[in-house]
Amino acid sequence: MSTQSVAVPVRTSIVVEAPRERAFEVFTAEMGSWWPDDKHILQGELAGMVFEPRTGGRIYDHATDGSECTWARVLAYEPPDRVVFTWDINLRWEIEADPGRASEVEVRFIAEGDARTRVELEHRGLERHGDGWESMRDAVGSPNGWHSGLQALAAYLAG
Amino acid sequence: MFAALGDPTRREIFERVAARPQSVGELAGDLPVSRPAVSQHLRVLKDAGLVSDGAAGTRRIYRMNPQGLDHLSAYLNHFWNESLAVFKAAAEQPTKERRK
Repeated sequence: MSTQSVAVPVRTSIVVEAPRERAFEVFTAEMGSWWPDDKHILQGELAGMVFEPRTGGRIYDHATDGSECTWARVLAYEPPDRVVFTWDINLRWEIEADPGRASEVEVRFIAEGDARTRVELEHRGLERHGDGWESMRDAVGSPNGWHSGLQALAAYLAG
Repeated sequence: MFAALGDPTRREIFERVAARPQSVGELAGDLPVSRPAVSQHLRVLKDAGLVSDGAAGTRRIYRMNPQGLDHLSAYLNHFWNESLAVFKAAAEQPTKERRK
């Protein structure tokens, strides 16, 4: 069964009480300071997250044992306006090796004052991750797949 | 749509149906829930577009509705909202205290 529909992009935004330059820097260079601790794919103990600040750069985690895990490619780096990067993570929070099956994230930083910034995020191309039923069925049943995602979602909705 | 998954029993039923299409009787046999209760939960899931049903002989078989459900969108929406809240706190710190 084929379900080749185009997924609606995920869009969200938040207003931060910080200048645009600062917001951009924290989102990119200091990404490791706010990225969820349980959402690293690395095998070893996490030493840090690196955001290479240029178009064509990588975003990767590195471990204390020296190993690395690249989970994104920077498609656009335009401080302090905009950044776009790929999402090379599959439905099971594993690295997606096929660039054709990666989605992408665009983040825009819009000044709403000298010290206030609206950050708009769009995560699009979600349909590239899989064609519906088969991958979803498998993902729902995997330990770290949508089962835990659903639980997190339900807890979020209940709270 | 996703409020339908807020109930633990309903979520369990949904996950079982997602793993394998099955009937009310099969679900009730595997769960400590009566058939009418299972039917009621399935009705909520169906109304939410999360499952669909079809006749197979005299039985109705329930299955996950791949069209009506976009887990990935829901999950990532949740993920980004949570993450951006932490990002906001980090960006608003007066001093540049870096954790890592």
